[in-house]
Amino acid sequence: MNLNYNAPDENGRFGPYGGAFVPEVLIPELRAVQAAFEQFWPDAEFQNQYLHLLKTYVGRPTALTFAERLSEELGAGRIFLKREDLCHTGAHKINNTIGQILLARRMGKTRIIAETGAGQHGVATATVAARFGLQCVVYMGAEDMKRQALNVARMQLLGAEVRPATSGSQTLKDATNEAIRDWVSNPSDTFYIIGSVVGPHPYPMMVRTFHQVIGEEVQLQVKDKTGKNFPDVLIACVGGGSNAIGMFYPFINHPEVKMFGVEAAGEGLDEQHAATLSKGSMGVLHGAMSYLLQDHEGQISLAHSISAGLDYPGVGPEHSWLMDLGRVTYLAETDEAALRGVILLSKTEGIIPALETAHAIAALEKIVPKVASDSVIVVNCSGRGDKDMQTIMDHL
Amino acid sequence: MSSRLTTTLHALQTQGKKAMGIFLTSGFPHPSVTNLLLDAVDRGGTDFIELGMPHSDPLAEGVPIQHSSTCALQAGVTMQDTLNAVIAFRKHSDTPLLLMGYINPILRFGVEEFCRQAADAGVDGFIIPDLPPLESAPLRAHAQEKGLDLVFLVAPNTPAERMKEIDRISNGFVYCVSITGLTGTGITERMEAINTYLKHARQLITSNPLLVGFGIQTRKDAQRLSKHTDGFIVGSAVIKQIEQLWARPDLSLTERGRLLTQFVHSLK
Ligand SMILES: Cc1ncc(COP(=O)(O)O)c(C=O)c1O
Repeated sequence: MNLNYNAPDENGRFGPYGGAFVPEVLIPELRAVQAAFEQFWPDAEFQNQYLHLLKTYVGRPTALTFAERLSEELGAGRIFLKREDLCHTGAHKINNTIGQILLARRMGKTRIIAETGAGQHGVATATVAARFGLQCVVYMGAEDMKRQALNVARMQLLGAEVRPATSGSQTLKDATNEAIRDWVSNPSDTFYIIGSVVGPHPYPMMVRTFHQVIGEEVQLQVKDKTGKNFPDVLIACVGGGSNAIGMFYPFINHPEVKMFGVEAAGEGLDEQHAATLSKGSMGVLHGAMSYLLQDHEGQISLAHSISAGLDYPGVGPEHSWLMDLGRVTYLAETDEAALRGVILLSKTEGIIPALETAHAIAALEKIVPKVASDSVIVVNCSGRGDKDMQTIMDHL
Repeated sequence: MSSRLTTTLHALQTQGKKAMGIFLTSGFPHPSVTNLLLDAVDRGGTDFIELGMPHSDPLAEGVPIQHSSTCALQAGVTMQDTLNAVIAFRKHSDTPLLLMGYINPILRFGVEEFCRQAADAGVDGFIIPDLPPLESAPLRAHAQEKGLDLVFLVAPNTPAERMKEIDRISNGFVYCVSITGLTGTGITERMEAINTYLKHARQLITSNPLLVGFGIQTRKDAQRLSKHTDGFIVGSAVIKQIEQLWARPDLSLTERGRLLTQFVHSLK
């Protein structure tokens, strides 16, 4: 079977998903971003600069760590962790912010805006804005500012202005609304650095491209460590879906590689949750057609997850398409399971994962029994747990 | 066949008069007064009405309309309530009425079913700010089939070629967004730049009437901005007016309606 997967099409469609459902003001801006991306991404000088920063500033390639005791504990073949938690600022998010800020500079933009949930994308954006001396405004739900106070302080120290989003649920969804509204109001000088594979075309494609280095490294490292050409199983948590797609994408046309995305089941799939793919339906949010959590009137529902980075009622359009195609299997893990995942990885490997990542760890218990016992399993360790210590302590 | 909206706008053009459109949020401040408000602005002499269908995530709206949408949804307004309000309004008024809203609630309702019910209710067309031409094919097809106008928007940063293309596919009129910004943004300091842009748009948009909206608060604003257009639309200022009237416990419902009629009258 060869999928010949080549989404998106020129209009940013992944099957029926994606597109650009935005106010007219943003159409010329999106076209300009796309033109710049298509011009500069293949450019040798741009590539050199991007790869140089990934190496000397982010610390890539990140390690692929054999999780020996975790594998033993779960009775699995060989579980490896792709250590995005070792990236500068503590999560994969910075791969993307480096790519986007280089693009913003090529476009002559002087002002950067971003939305953030857990604060990881906000920190990664504030970091590169500081590195390049650009003005930076980060929108963050007022509720999330309380949950992730440490990251608010980090962004401020980095020179960013953190603006509370006080509308709606005061979480990531509303921060994203505010960032889009800012962009509508300041299109000429502002570049919007979106934090996941969400939003209107070309963002899902562009953010995927800036993260695919994760999967490319995994392929080389698996070959090096196991002699196998491909891993057997890939597992990643899915909020918007950037760390997952970054690891999955280079393997998409290789059907022998099984892929699992893990969403947040919150308090349970019949209670409050953020399991957009498992429980949602098709619709438009933040400029793209995808699965989303909505009521029967088409109003967006509130998501819930213990992890602010997964607490989002939408999901990247490409994940909706990959689910429909049956190429990726999507599961959901509860808040409680994620907390168990944090403890499991901390105790067996000496690695405290982010609560987002812990959802992927938790899913191992379901996935391991279903795959061959000698499988090479790679879990994307998307971030470190320092930012979540308060939440973790409150719950344990 | 010419739509009711087109007929109205052309008649005004012929008389050398500017058209006025008034925006209301369905269900704000409460679903029970939507028809009272529709009648009040109708009596105030509006040439057409833009009735907003509230959405939880209205991307193009400034604070006043955002707030009105949140209030209306909290008060439980539904898409069906909005259609019912139009049905009731149509029993005694021929004033053209467009529904304004975001695409997701329409998708949820079902595009075809929505067009059918809207047409049956007496709606004349739609304005959907998050539905640019490229994404509009399904709604356009069903709207056309039911004789409903689909109004597209242009903005100050819209390239010339695209303005022409939008003119080609728009029905009813082309909505000229006054600024690169949200509804309710202040425009007083930018009058000159806006007029330069409207003049430019007027030259490119030739098959449809051209109406300007976003940020118009007073008759003076309206007059200054309709120099190069066929008319104007007032939204946030009306919503703010309603909010103020409903904050005054000394006024009866009838008095509030009468004062809103006066306010609308003062705009043209
Ligand atoms: C460590 C970590 N992992 C995962 C996510 C979820 O985002 P995505 O699904 O785009 O990878 C976040 C978001 O904040 C995060 O901080």
